Amino acid sequence: MTSILTVQQVRINEEIDIVHVRQAVREVAVSIGFSLVEQTKLVTAASELARNTRVHGHGGEARIELEKADDGTTTLRLVFSDKGPGIADVDLALTDGYSSAGGLGLGLSGARRLADEFDLRTAPGEGTTVSVGFRARKPARR
Amino acid sequence: MSATSVVELQDVLLVTIQGELTDEDAMALQEELTTNVARSSARGVLIDVSGLDLVDSFLARTLHDIAGASALLAAETVVVGMRPEVAITLVELGLTLPGLGTALTVADGLDRLNGSARRR
Repeated sequence: MTSILTVQQVRINEEIDIVHVRQAVREVAVSIGFSLVEQTKLVTAASELARNTRVHGHGGEARIELEKADDGTTTLRLVFSDKGPGIADVDLALTDGYSSAGGLGLGLSGARRLADEFDLRTAPGEGTTVSVGFRARKPARR
Repeated sequence: MSATSVVELQDVLLVTIQGELTDEDAMALQEELTTNVARSSARGVLIDVSGLDLVDSFLARTLHDIAGASALLAAETVVVGMRPEVAITLVELGLTLPGLGTALTVADGLDRLNGSARRR
């Protein structure tokens, strides 16, 4: 049986909350033995997605989950959800360089590239939930 | 939470960024630095990022914009000391920052700025 455990939840309202999300993600990534490069990718993806939640979703929350599969692999998953306006054109939002807020337009597409798994659920008026998963290369040491 | 210092070293502004920067901190730095370049007539800006364990797209854009504004004020910007894991992540994110001068150490960065001054 695959088990999923939520290890941390962080509210995203103020700008400083983006920093709180990064710190929480770093802490969990270190605790399950991700390498420095993997930690940096995780924290960077978290920073991009937390900013999206705050700016586009008008706030929401980040959930940090650990998924353990039967074969002993662990996946660290970050789930960002908001009740904002949602995304009308998902393909456009995932295009490199497309920005609706004057940014570089690399937040969503870049986070997708950094992660091993990516999932986006959204509809106009229904909010947005983005999740990115990073697989631990070795069985987790706990 | 973050500690940023700006030191004038002859005609170069040496900027050290450390710790966790919020987006607001990054924007404040850009404004302060650009004002400083104009006031001091610096011909170079050296930004030491060796104390940063993360550069995301917002901060990368800020560095790029600092270099752009400084160039308009006749100063060259060199980013020094980027950690390898940060460089790997930036490239994967899609940010190679073309046009942004880089060097591995502060000493190399100063050499680069002095070299380009001599070529002028």
